[in-house]
Amino acid sequence: MTTLNEDTSGRSADALRADDTTEAPTGNGGAIGGVANWVDERTGAAKGVRFLMKKVFPDHWSFMLGEIAMYSLIIVLITGTFLTFWFVPSMSESVYNGPYVPLRGITMSDAFKSTVDISLDVRGGLLIRQIHHWSALIFIVAIMLHMFRVFFTGAFRKPREINWIIGLVLSMLVLVEGFIGYSLPDDVLSGTGVRAAQGFMLSIPIVGSYIAYFLFGGGFPGTAIIPRFFTIHVLLLPAIIVGLFTAHIILVMVHKHTQYPGPGKTDKNVVGFPLMPVYTAKAGGFFFVVFGVTALIAGLVTIDPIWMYGPYEPTMITAGSQPDWFMGFADGALRLLPGFLEFTLLGHTWSFNVMLGAILLIPILWTLMGVYPFVESWVTGDKREHHVLDRPRNVPTRTGLGMAAIAFYAVLFGAAGNDIIAIKLHLSIDDITNTLRIMLVAAPVIVFWVTKRVCLSLQRKDRDLVLHGKETGRIVRTAEGRFFEAHEPLDEYERWRLVSFEAHRPIAAPAETDENGVRSKTASADRTRARLSQFFFNDRIEPVTPLELAAAHHDGQADEALAPLEAAALEDAHPGEFGGHLHGGAEEIEEHNAYAHQQGSDDDA
Amino acid sequence: MTTPSNPSDKESSVTHDSTSEAGDDRALVSLEHREGSDNLPERFQDPGLPAHIHRAGDSDEAAARRYERQVAALFAISMFATVLFVVSYFAVGNDTVVSLPIIGRTMALHVSLGVTLGMSLLCIGLGAIHWAKTLMPDTEVVEERHELRSPDEAREGAVKILADGLEGSQLKRRPLIKYTLGGALGLFAIPLGLQLVGSLGPLPHTDLETTLWDSKLPGGKPRRLMRDPDGTAIRLSDVTLGSVFHVLPEGIDATPDPNNEKLKAAVILISLQENLIKSARERKWGVDGVVAYSKICTHVGCPVGLYEQTTHHLLCPCHQSTFDLTEDCKVIFGPAKRALPQLKISVDDEGYLVADHGFDQPVGPSFWERA
Ligand code: HEM
Ligand code: FES
Repeated sequence: MTTLNEDTSGRSADALRADDTTEAPTGNGGAIGGVANWVDERTGAAKGVRFLMKKVFPDHWSFMLGEIAMYSLIIVLITGTFLTFWFVPSMSESVYNGPYVPLRGITMSDAFKSTVDISLDVRGGLLIRQIHHWSALIFIVAIMLHMFRVFFTGAFRKPREINWIIGLVLSMLVLVEGFIGYSLPDDVLSGTGVRAAQGFMLSIPIVGSYIAYFLFGGGFPGTAIIPRFFTIHVLLLPAIIVGLFTAHIILVMVHKHTQYPGPGKTDKNVVGFPLMPVYTAKAGGFFFVVFGVTALIAGLVTIDPIWMYGPYEPTMITAGSQPDWFMGFADGALRLLPGFLEFTLLGHTWSFNVMLGAILLIPILWTLMGVYPFVESWVTGDKREHHVLDRPRNVPTRTGLGMAAIAFYAVLFGAAGNDIIAIKLHLSIDDITNTLRIMLVAAPVIVFWVTKRVCLSLQRKDRDLVLHGKETGRIVRTAEGRFFEAHEPLDEYERWRLVSFEAHRPIAAPAETDENGVRSKTASADRTRARLSQFFFNDRIEPVTPLELAAAHHDGQADEALAPLEAAALEDAHPGEFGGHLHGGAEEIEEHNAYAHQQGSDDDA
Repeated sequence: MTTPSNPSDKESSVTHDSTSEAGDDRALVSLEHREGSDNLPERFQDPGLPAHIHRAGDSDEAAARRYERQVAALFAISMFATVLFVVSYFAVGNDTVVSLPIIGRTMALHVSLGVTLGMSLLCIGLGAIHWAKTLMPDTEVVEERHELRSPDEAREGAVKILADGLEGSQLKRRPLIKYTLGGALGLFAIPLGLQLVGSLGPLPHTDLETTLWDSKLPGGKPRRLMRDPDGTAIRLSDVTLGSVFHVLPEGIDATPDPNNEKLKAAVILISLQENLIKSARERKWGVDGVVAYSKICTHVGCPVGLYEQTTHHLLCPCHQSTFDLTEDCKVIFGPAKRALPQLKISVDDEGYLVADHGFDQPVGPSFWERA
């Protein structure tokens, strides 16, 4: 209780007591206010809630990809918990006598039997199982698309590198989690996959067979793997995933979300809707949409009907054996790696044909993705914070590299279906596999080049739009009798979106030796950096400057006036340091020259 | 929070914009020649947020009421779907089957539960989003960002606390504590790790190198080739030209871990025309063109289950390794490196096929210890 102090010293004891009772919020409080008050007096949470509720989130469809992943994670956790009430993670075998006639009399593990029961006997069990499986797949797709969004918009740049890496770890764990979950029912398809996984482990030098025997508790299949997988699937990995996910989201809050470039949006602000009420309603509503759509798909589209596949039996296999699609790329790699990569050396077997695809591929790819943000910031020499996203076209080399990586992935993924392609197209599997081997190397290169060119042309189009405005479809006839289409200049808001980016320029290597002729310690790193920087930024298109726009507006009568401007712009796009061939802005200058007449007359019209 | 300014003087000011002030390498490339001419800025200036456009519901109360009814209708549909879910749960039988367009015959209970649950959730979501889009305030707000880096003062403070703490611990002055602590912390995880790794499973020993074919039956007789899964013995005369038998060793169900034994001992038995067989050893290890090979793929261990009659190829369905049955089951295509090991067979005095001895090499996928 408060003691008398200066503020209250003038009041009587009665008044003080009356004062005490008015602590509860008056007016709008009501029941909610009462509870909130009770909680806040014991936690001081109101400050944090106010801070959170006022947080601003920009709106864009591509920001929903991460949300879909988040909601799918929640759905997977809910339905997974349901499933644990009926699933029996045991490899003890017994004969099936349940309601499903085709399986009666067949010996199967409890894991398989309980999965059949969930599917066919437990009311609504199949729905929960299928929601679980579908939302796991939606989760993985959403993560991949979310990752593409983050990559192509440059959202991984400072200060978000840590979140990029947390995300990468999450995506890798989710693949493992998915693989293990798929294996739990102990059906013939997933059992074949687990058998293959044991083969993968055996290919690891020195410790391979130990790893396999420790994990399986002995030879394959043993009786330990399903219970162990179960613990990993429902306890270990979910705990790590939820922990990392929480860190991921906290970092999003700390960094505040990025935003797409546009008028009023800078690296120093975030423009959007506050958490309360708009964002809460939209995001909360979106959770129900994702859950509802998943439930609809799960109700209508059968997935993994294990009762049709039958229980795992070590000597049985079906044609067209494939893992769940998200492991397809690794399976495809295994199909493409030629057998000669296995050899005996020093009395031991080195099985690179298996190891490269099954053990090393994922760590290598993920490491490359993990270092990319640091490579890019080294190459650009850019150490600033970035909160405004890049439009993918404005960073052609990065976009090209990303698409090349996707092409690489796509070829591997396609290779996982080489048998199906062969059957469907009546081609020999040898030819298809050899073609895919070549494509694995060629496709990324081609896709890189094409993507980069497409980006550069899109940038040219943007420049064109800024310089000459939108086509209106109106045909105008000049006094001299020439025809042209009237162009309407962009307003300043539309224009800002197209000109607000920065075109990085290549960094030249500093002199290798100092004035005393001593070779700099970083000389070779500098040279590598300069070369990479050339690779990244030699071909580039610069944003239109006010001067160039003014020049474009100059009408055709003053043709000669353009010449010095053109020269200036050319020089600017090609500072002496890199040998004077034409690209980027220079081409643009030529093009706008070609348009100058129309634009000029347009102004007259 | 601030409201963004709406600078109208964008073309007149001659300043470096924020990007060129940043002091990174690019600023070295000077753009002066543009700046001087025409008194134009070097780059365009941000015009600020465009004017807010109002929605129908913001001013028109009739439109707003229409939106309200739409949102309420979506929520009502959700409630209705929930009721239907409950009804279906109790009313639809486990075995009832319905025929649906596109989807075909399917379990009525499952579909009705899925669709009603889906609608119940979806309509809540759509209602909330529609409500947010049409009726809730849609003016964008602007929040300031601040650089994440702590002020120097805070950084120094943090460093100082750490340094003081270190000082107070006297760790630097007392190397004995420093090194023993390091040792103890370095080692404490060993018991936990050892317990886990040491107890997870047995060492491989010879498990990967041996199969049930290596041992004789308890009576000392060689193991017969038995049909999988019936478990009946096979006479040479049963194996007609071109026929394929999936085979397991006699007595496999009496072993402690039959599944593990099956996985290693599975064999495929095929009868070929003897003159087709190119390898002398292959002929010798078979009987009249009837040959037995390990069915476990030498790539990562799937059962090599597919036999192409016309080409005499065995094909592994997992990654399409292809083995030539007429020549020691060598790999002729695919990612596997090694041939499938052959099992030497003969006919016992009752006319049944038996294995003379085990494989001459480990079956299945490659592993480090395999020479
Ligand atoms: C468990 C899987 C994941 C979940 C649930 C998740 C969820 C989210 C959510 C909800 C956001 C904010 C909204 C958005 O920008 O989409 C976000 C942002 C982000 N995520 Fe993820 N994410 C996951 C995986 C990943 C992966 C695989 C990566 C990349 C390797 C990644 C990198 C990032 C980055 C850098 C941001 C900040 C983006 C920005 O502010 O623009 N995340 N994540
Ligand atoms: S397991 Fe047979 S080809 Fe891979």
